[in-house]
Amino acid sequence: MSSRRAVITGLGVVAPNGLGAEEYWKALLAGESGIAELSRFDTSRYSARLAGEIRDFDGAEHLPSRLMPQTDISTRYALAAADWALADAGIDAGAGIDDYDMGVITSTSQGGFDFTHREFHKLWSQGPEYVSVYESFAWFYAVNTGQISIRNGMRGPSAALVGEQAGGLDAIGHARRTVRRGTRLVLSGGVDSAFDPWGWSAQLAGGRVSTADDPERAYLPFDGAACGHVPGEGGAMLVVEDAESARERGAPRTYGEIAGYAATFDPSPGTGRPPGLRRAAELALADAQLTPSAIGAVFADAAGIPAFDAAEAQAVREIFGPYGVPVTAPKALTGRMYAGGGPADIAAALFALRDRVIPATAHTTSVPDSYGLDLVLGEPRPVRADAVLVLARGRHGFNAAVVLTTV
Amino acid sequence: MTRRVVITGIGVRAPGSSGTKEFWDVLTTGRTATRRITFFDASPFRSRIAGEIDFDAAAEGFTPRETRRMDRATQFAVACTRDALADSGLDFGTLDPHRVGVALGSAVAAATSLENEYLVMSDAGRDWLVDPAHLSPYMFDYLSPGVMPAEIAREVGAEGPVTLVSDGCTSGLDAVGYGVQLIREGSADTVLAGAADTPVSPIVVACFDAIKATTPRNDEPETASRPFDGTRNGFVLAEGAAMFVLEELEAARARGAHIYAEVGGYATRSNAYHMTGLKKDGREMAEAIRAALDEARLDRTTIDYVNAHGSGTKQNDRHETAAFKRSLGEHARAVPVSSIKSMVGHSLGAIGSIEIAASVLAIRHNVVPPTANLRVPDPECDLDYVPLTAREQRVDTVLTVGSGFGGFQSAMVLHDPEVTSL
Repeated sequence: MSSRRAVITGLGVVAPNGLGAEEYWKALLAGESGIAELSRFDTSRYSARLAGEIRDFDGAEHLPSRLMPQTDISTRYALAAADWALADAGIDAGAGIDDYDMGVITSTSQGGFDFTHREFHKLWSQGPEYVSVYESFAWFYAVNTGQISIRNGMRGPSAALVGEQAGGLDAIGHARRTVRRGTRLVLSGGVDSAFDPWGWSAQLAGGRVSTADDPERAYLPFDGAACGHVPGEGGAMLVVEDAESARERGAPRTYGEIAGYAATFDPSPGTGRPPGLRRAAELALADAQLTPSAIGAVFADAAGIPAFDAAEAQAVREIFGPYGVPVTAPKALTGRMYAGGGPADIAAALFALRDRVIPATAHTTSVPDSYGLDLVLGEPRPVRADAVLVLARGRHGFNAAVVLTTV
Repeated sequence: MTRRVVITGIGVRAPGSSGTKEFWDVLTTGRTATRRITFFDASPFRSRIAGEIDFDAAAEGFTPRETRRMDRATQFAVACTRDALADSGLDFGTLDPHRVGVALGSAVAAATSLENEYLVMSDAGRDWLVDPAHLSPYMFDYLSPGVMPAEIAREVGAEGPVTLVSDGCTSGLDAVGYGVQLIREGSADTVLAGAADTPVSPIVVACFDAIKATTPRNDEPETASRPFDGTRNGFVLAEGAAMFVLEELEAARARGAHIYAEVGGYATRSNAYHMTGLKKDGREMAEAIRAALDEARLDRTTIDYVNAHGSGTKQNDRHETAAFKRSLGEHARAVPVSSIKSMVGHSLGAIGSIEIAASVLAIRHNVVPPTANLRVPDPECDLDYVPLTAREQRVDTVLTVGSGFGGFQSAMVLHDPEVTSL
């Protein structure tokens, strides 16, 4: 692999507790939660009602009117986050970068589901002639990559990856790979949203959604009383750029470097082999040429289900030793945003490096001693470190890890 | 020193055939496998033709539990994986699972299962507030299809990088390109790569009806897919899958593997123009072709055969012809170009991998598959498209390309590993 370094020069976040990267970060530090009763439809017949819902985003305020009829809500989030990330990076009409030198690599795990549910409904209640001319592309998993590419004139290597909650980190990892193979800039990240009745039901089918009614007790990562997660919507887009390119064009800021990345997959159940999360983290550390002692904080996957929390705690313990590193899960304030979760965690982790403070894990109060986990609880905690580790797991066995460093 | 990547095993499920050998028979005899849709009553739709596969899961060796657990597209991918494994002669039990990866492509993933479940939950579209009492335990996996590559990983015991590449209609090329990168960079030594899509379902048919992308030539299903023909008027939707065993060249040689071809170069670009429309000039596809040749370190004149995207829409075939002229120069007029979609239809994300299989088999057998149904010349499509009849000729190096919604333009160069680079 080449010695080209991939840095992050722009951030755009669309989250249930904050629109915009700085707003999201402020909300995390202040412990402001975006979790509340889902308001998009009457949830009374469904077993779960709490969601990390974005309530103050009006797509029409952020996007040209012609894009409104052809986009799902998740694509509007992706387009807005992309705009903000590019503005943050000072990329104005390409900033002199060749269009083939700018790619788009996104992740979604649900596609344009609200949009497509409406089209399924039209097809079956009215007939084929009522299906939207936009359905063929508003639905599929590549939609955000395509729309961002078109809106911003980016013609470089592009892709869309799916790996449930791990997919967002895989997109960032692939963006880094693409930069190291020679593309100057890749706009990368992920978003998800499926808060229509059918999408909501489908999420419940996974069997991991909390049915609790108290927004402060529904999603409790690493708590002894953990009882599932709250689904969230939104995510983040990041400008991933060749370090030299960023320097040359005088990028206004560099948040940090993607120093390491790795992905692994869990062994089949019944083989007796250990799960792959620890190995993903160790490979990412090795990729970054860092030892565990260099890591100042771990942004955890934080499943919110005791068996999965215990497994993650074990992986962290085995790498860092018992209580060996501060661990946090800011997603307790947003819910799990699937493909959006990893990129949002990366944004938070970069701010943590910048401001030298780790946001707390909200709502969790009591972590089993057996976890041996130094979970940051209550108040944000100061940190003096130049590297952080971000972890994510996707349903069925996906693991991904990213190491971020200051530059 | 760059690690080189080769294909050592192939599995294919395409319309008109149930395995690699039959698939190649279909292509070389120029038979077409498109037909009137039988999977559902298509009478309300504009386009009522598809490339369907008569897939018998039990006969394919799937257990009842597997059949229930796996979506149709996943079954296709797993069936192809089993074939590819057997074909490669590689004993996966001897490999370090940490060094095995999976890169699966799919454009619409579990679309057919989604629709089946939708009908139950919504009572055939009556209820907007779908009924949770009729919720399938697999519904999450139809919404979020990470399960598809996960099933492949389970099948081969992969514990390295595993992903689903969903770039619309270039997914099948891009997934293999992704797998190649994993091996080159050292993240894996062996990768199961390929793609599957099973979109022959009312909602998908309706999607393409709405923009008139598919052909309404319903009275002539066998000759409805007409790439590069002057009378072409849309593509024929299809289903299918293809999977490959990708290995690092030296490892494959060390075990004495049969090597089909080397993946010499791969590149993808976007047109940043329109989600479904194409400009006439083919500029971005030409750039992808140029970059793929560059990566393969091969001169464009070494290309013996171009396996085209050739979907049979007015705009695609014109766009693609321009891209070949722009990237290959004079050689575009000398090299045979053909579209197997004329025979097996367009299986969205899967077709890129099926076309890689066709390209690799062309190298193996020194035969260029024809473009079936090409009888009426189009002045805007003036290359040698190998009409109707397969052609025996030396094939060492193949260019295969794909173009898809979202603006994706991908190109891959496959060649006999003995072909020396520039």
